[in-house]
Amino acid sequence: MSAATDIWPVVLLVLVLAAAIVRLPRVHEAAVALPAAAVCVASGGLSAAAAGDELRRLGPVVAFLAAVLVVSHVCERDGVFRAAGALLAGAGAGSGRRLLGLVFALAALTTAALSLDATVVLLTPVVFATAARLSLPPRPHVYACTHLANAASLLLPVSNLTNLLAVGAAGASFGRFAALMALPWLVVVLIEYAVFRVYFAGDLAHAGAAPPAPAERPGVPVATLAVLGLMLVGFFLASFAGVDVAWVAAAAAAALAVPALARGRVRVPTLVAAADPAFLVFVLSLSIVVLTAVHHGVGHLVNRLLPGGASLAALVGVAALAALLANLVNNLPATLIMLPQLSGGGLGPLLAMLVGVNVGPNLTYVGSLATLLWRRIARDHDHDVPLGEFTALGLIATPLAIVAAVVMIWMELRLTGGG
Amino acid sequence: MRVLVWVSRTTWRACVDAAARMVHDGSAAEVTLLHVPEPDAPEAAHAAFTGLLGRRRHADPAPVITAEARVAGERLLAEAAGRLGSPCATLMPEGRPERAVVSAAAGADLLIAGRDGDTTRLGPHSLRPPLRFVLDHAPCQVLLVWPGEAPGTHTIPPPPAPGDRPPRPPG
Repeated sequence: MSAATDIWPVVLLVLVLAAAIVRLPRVHEAAVALPAAAVCVASGGLSAAAAGDELRRLGPVVAFLAAVLVVSHVCERDGVFRAAGALLAGAGAGSGRRLLGLVFALAALTTAALSLDATVVLLTPVVFATAARLSLPPRPHVYACTHLANAASLLLPVSNLTNLLAVGAAGASFGRFAALMALPWLVVVLIEYAVFRVYFAGDLAHAGAAPPAPAERPGVPVATLAVLGLMLVGFFLASFAGVDVAWVAAAAAAALAVPALARGRVRVPTLVAAADPAFLVFVLSLSIVVLTAVHHGVGHLVNRLLPGGASLAALVGVAALAALLANLVNNLPATLIMLPQLSGGGLGPLLAMLVGVNVGPNLTYVGSLATLLWRRIARDHDHDVPLGEFTALGLIATPLAIVAAVVMIWMELRLTGGG
Repeated sequence: MRVLVWVSRTTWRACVDAAARMVHDGSAAEVTLLHVPEPDAPEAAHAAFTGLLGRRRHADPAPVITAEARVAGERLLAEAAGRLGSPCATLMPEGRPERAVVSAAAGADLLIAGRDGDTTRLGPHSLRPPLRFVLDHAPCQVLLVWPGEAPGTHTIPPPPAPGDRPPRPPG
């Protein structure tokens, strides 16, 4: 059997993705992905050596991810997000526009430092509660969180799992990544802000009311924030010293978890649950299944579609293809599929791909057409936001943001002579 | 007369004041305050969460937001009832606001609602689509109030010059 014509790895990949999108209530997607990965290796679709290499490569990434999830969880338990909500309420009262600016700043920073997971799961409820307390329409502010969870995840490798996967493959240091992505990140956030100010002008025009006086002002957890700051600094220093950033993240997680455990704010089972072991198993298994599919024709197909070189047009093409793929099947599989084809091609195409998979999902409000389709089929959309409205917002902001970010990356690489 | 007041976050004061005037002059026999928590926010949050492939289900922020929306709604209704100053019933149905209001209006003689769009000029933009839906479909009389000072008639665009073609009627 010629490896190029085997269809079963693609079928397996589709099955795993379907399980992840459908989200059956009693079957975790890891329970589908792990056996699928085992089948890939056992049947010879992927050599044990290649699978071992992939797992060795992804081990530190997954460990890093687990540590950052624990850090986010303890930050939330320590009241970081509560304090942020109080800050928003204090500074944003009386003006929807001012609140939006503050929410943008906060969401962009949260996504950059703690990943999009933290913004969606931990920040969005706080932002909603703040808008409600200020008697302001919450729509623009909640949408800002969901949009920036994707768009603002460009800045640091920690901001998105897609970045973590790519940085490992590119051998780019944490510092270099951040330096190259800083301006594109800023440009994307500003474009989104401008589009939001126009699109939600009606909702933002209200002045709301003064918030009811809180029963007690939530204290600012200074120690927690200090550890968080040290962790971010540590990421930069570690990349200079050649130390794996996973150690820095683990140290930060320990530094936060131990006092929290001692104070009774968290328990060991919740910490373990926060690290989401099933998700980590899913990521590792998915990468094996994707690699098998890539070796059996998918990689060849992607190669044919990928523009070559590092010209501006090529970079925009890579970003567009990445955005398209991310919108079809979700940004995580899209990254895993495109990475092998891009790892030898220089930093430009790799970063352009990240722009596509990170910012692209804002086109469809559930992050992929596959998910949208499934929700329609499963009639999970009784209270759906009118589809046209959210799509219009995405259609205006997203292509503009993607192109602007890619142009900035191209200019930076030209100026610094990298590539 | 059974009066239903649509307590919407941005226009409720004017609506409640109108209802209070009717209670004062005796034309309102019973008043019901209705607030529908907006489903858009929890839905958008849930949608963003479904885009995070493989994450633990119990981290979904939508139930937290829905609960917060109900708490905020109850606070709003309590404040509105306080401003009304006389006994009233309160309702907080779920679902899309425009449909819940129309459905509740079937049991009322008068619905009081406030213009929730652009209130700086006279014109159709002063009504947002949910309120437009309610006006089109309400099964009872509707009292439409301006949330603040109504803009002057000078804000209406001038009539077309003679010789201009009139706008085509719909249909």
